Amino acid sequence: MRYLPLTPDDRAEMLGVIGVDSIDALFVDVPTSARRAGTVDLPLHAGELEVEREMAALARRNRSAGEGSFFCGAGAYRHHVPATVDHIIQRSEFLTSYTPYQPEIAQGTLQVLFEFQTQVAALTGMEVANASLYDGSTAAAEAVMMATRVTRRNKAVMSGGVHPHYVETIDTLAHAAGVATQRLAVAIDAEDAVIAAIDADTACVVVQTPNVFGTATDVTRIAAAAQAAGALLIVVTTEVVSLGLLKSPGEMGADIVVAEGQSIGNGLNFGGPYVGLFACKEKYIRQAPGRLCGETVDADGRRGFVLTLSTREQHIRRDKATSNICTNSGLCALAFSIHMSLLGEVGLRQLAAINHEKARALRDALAAIPGVEILTSRFFNEFAIRVPGKAAELVETLAGQGIIAGVPFSRLDAHAGLDDVLLVAATETTLDIDITFFAKVLAKVIAQ
Amino acid sequence: MSMNSVGRPTRPETANDTVDTHATLTGARGLLQDEALIFERDGWHKTGVDLPEASAPADDLNSLLRTAPIGLPGLSEPEVVRHYVRLSQKNHAIDLALYPLGSCTMKHNPRLNEKMARLPGFADIHPLQPQSTVQGALELMDRLAHWLKTLTGMPAVALTPKAGAHGEMCGMLAIRAAHEAKGQGHRKTVLAPTSAHGTNPATAAFVGYTVVEIAQTADGRVDLADLESKLGDHVAAIMVTNPNTCGLFERDVVEIARLTHAAGAYFYCDGANFNAIVGRVRPGDLGVDAMHINLHKTFSTPHGGGGPGAGPVVLSEALAPFAPTPWLVHGEDGFALVEHAGEAGAETAFGRMSAFHGQMGMYTRAYAYMLSHGADGLRQVAEDAVLNANYLKARLSDVMSPAFPDGPCMHEALFDDSWLEGTGVTTLDFAKAMIDEGFHPMTMYFPLVVHGAMLIEPTETESKQELDRFVVALRALAHAAKSGDVERFKGAPYHAPMRRLDETLAARKPRLRWKPVAEAPLAAE
Repeated sequence: MRYLPLTPDDRAEMLGVIGVDSIDALFVDVPTSARRAGTVDLPLHAGELEVEREMAALARRNRSAGEGSFFCGAGAYRHHVPATVDHIIQRSEFLTSYTPYQPEIAQGTLQVLFEFQTQVAALTGMEVANASLYDGSTAAAEAVMMATRVTRRNKAVMSGGVHPHYVETIDTLAHAAGVATQRLAVAIDAEDAVIAAIDADTACVVVQTPNVFGTATDVTRIAAAAQAAGALLIVVTTEVVSLGLLKSPGEMGADIVVAEGQSIGNGLNFGGPYVGLFACKEKYIRQAPGRLCGETVDADGRRGFVLTLSTREQHIRRDKATSNICTNSGLCALAFSIHMSLLGEVGLRQLAAINHEKARALRDALAAIPGVEILTSRFFNEFAIRVPGKAAELVETLAGQGIIAGVPFSRLDAHAGLDDVLLVAATETTLDIDITFFAKVLAKVIAQ
Repeated sequence: MSMNSVGRPTRPETANDTVDTHATLTGARGLLQDEALIFERDGWHKTGVDLPEASAPADDLNSLLRTAPIGLPGLSEPEVVRHYVRLSQKNHAIDLALYPLGSCTMKHNPRLNEKMARLPGFADIHPLQPQSTVQGALELMDRLAHWLKTLTGMPAVALTPKAGAHGEMCGMLAIRAAHEAKGQGHRKTVLAPTSAHGTNPATAAFVGYTVVEIAQTADGRVDLADLESKLGDHVAAIMVTNPNTCGLFERDVVEIARLTHAAGAYFYCDGANFNAIVGRVRPGDLGVDAMHINLHKTFSTPHGGGGPGAGPVVLSEALAPFAPTPWLVHGEDGFALVEHAGEAGAETAFGRMSAFHGQMGMYTRAYAYMLSHGADGLRQVAEDAVLNANYLKARLSDVMSPAFPDGPCMHEALFDDSWLEGTGVTTLDFAKAMIDEGFHPMTMYFPLVVHGAMLIEPTETESKQELDRFVVALRALAHAAKSGDVERFKGAPYHAPMRRLDETLAARKPRLRWKPVAEAPLAAE
């Protein structure tokens, strides 16, 4: 057992120092009925080579995005991550460190978090940001709960353009906490409809841009309407690369911005771990969930960083804590921050422009296919199309021909009556030949 | 006495008075470089990536286009590498030395796990690509579930919670759904011992319960009489950490479960400390209804300076029908996911915890660790974790004061500050002095039920030699504190990248981001 350093002699000597004659004597507090004599019914330990073979066999049974034509988005995006990012996050001092509770020997992590907070605030156009949450969907649920605390109101209005998984995540938490939610009808251009739903009980309005159908929206009017009614505007973004091209939610008047940060620095990972971005106006920060890193000085007057405002958190406030968040996504936030530092202003804008260009090329190729209708008019790198028949069946057929064609909307919401809608995304990793191949096979399958 | 006059110290006890009195011109300390914020460097118009040109965006986006700068600095690749490498060198890490944070389980993070998680077949697959194209990933989730169920003796597991506290929420939501299904929705109280993790009452309150505390006995366990007096048909659940945060096994756990069930309530167990019992004790045999398992603690997935975590929750028969979606099912064509509550196969699911399927990247790491250890190795894990903690307790008890001296502890040894009484040294001072000796401090001031608590958890991946080194250092520090060498402690740390940081100032004048317009430097108050 190469991970366990004690030798049999060590163990015997240590038991002697403790003054007991067997290891069982240290488990004396366990009720006799619950003490297990032998090993549980699972395989015995395996060497490194055996583990590698077993894991590789499982991995081979998955079709990875890099194998060819691939067009899935819907809240998780495939971007190119520079080799530098993965190299740095695997440095021991980042990978194997814990929560920075001793700031004097955790300045590396803390300065990264302070820089991350600044990057996220800049990107979203907000005054402050926290040091990350689990992912975009849980961040959205926390934002709704925060809005109820700030406004002392009890209802969240959710646009029909919000990712259905996010809606379900918000609903789960809101239901438990006794917060009412109102989800508006699913629609491709849905954001404006929320204005009419705002009333005196509304704590917040949740909108997404680009929304789950890819539609990019100017939410300025919604922000004004929400704020005039005493509610907060929560803007969700599942594709943060879009912020390199589009106006930031802050510029459009958002009170809270939550986003999935996976697109920058983090791989697809079958859905996690991801990195939840959370930014808000400064006046609300003491109601915000999650960790915050702040600037301070040390005994010599030198600038340093510490976790701060933790009096909001569970370990101190217990049943009066402001959130359910304990950990954050430190390592994923680090990956985000490194990739963002590599891109810089120039690189991010360029990356966003390429994404948009690739998606337009995809749009043009698919629009030329008889039977395909493009549903989203203003999009960044993802849009919805209508296909003849069931999109889910079409996707299975195309998968058999080597194309991962996108996400059928029915996979996100089976009851919206949109079984013939397919969400397709393109990024800088989409090659022209991928698009050509997709369009050719799709045309052939539809014609059959 | 200067370093030069005595030569290089070779024993830890002799490295006493090497206070750094020579300020450098740059702020750097030899190889430890002073590193400005990334925003304070020149060269905002560079980029560290090479991307092709792109055409102008489509006209229909005109009114939506960003006009103002974002405000992000740009650097070349070598500049970025150097920035982060310099920062990394200001961190303590388990790969550098012992990290004895109690209740946090900082153990060896095998690199094999990292390599496995990065196989493209796991790392480069999309959560919503056709299920027929991810059968290996779904099988891995199924196998991980099988291991967790077997090790805990529980029939079901919900994999999706993204951290321990998220797992607690999952368990409490399942309990709530189960009560509602039985027409017992009026049960609105959750009992939690005073020694519980702060996340326990926080979670219960967050999902709408009123929290009532249960007292603790003098020997650090749940007070059964107090528990009995507070149980009733208004109680939904009890939340108990076992082994508890005092590092002790709840001897009466079976009786706690019996009383709880007799009152019609469920037993939630905080499984953060599962590494103390894995392979030796199955929580299912104790009467537990729900328990989260921090994969980053018991199964070695790295914590990366704060996360990601992963908190799968094992469930009893009574709670299994209410697990959140997605549900993994095994059909004729292989594995499939039922993704929405109410759908065939997941009619009774309480809802969804997050988008997608949880922390797949952590499942791969945890599963590789499980395979490496096997049933025999995991049992040894619990034995060595407990042995190491009791060894430290035995070797430090004559110079420090164990909070619960009688009987063995489990995977962590808890001391209080009574042994520091009259020395002028506090728990915090002592912790900071440990930094100067090259060790990460233990957990301080937790659990709250012990005054000036010092909670030391060595874990199973520390050798006897490393523990002995730690013991020598702590004993020497203890003697220094008792002999009146207060300055060593009050001024500590002297040798860390930073001296002691002013945490009060940070909270009083929150400065949470860098701003483009230079602000006046913060000054100590």
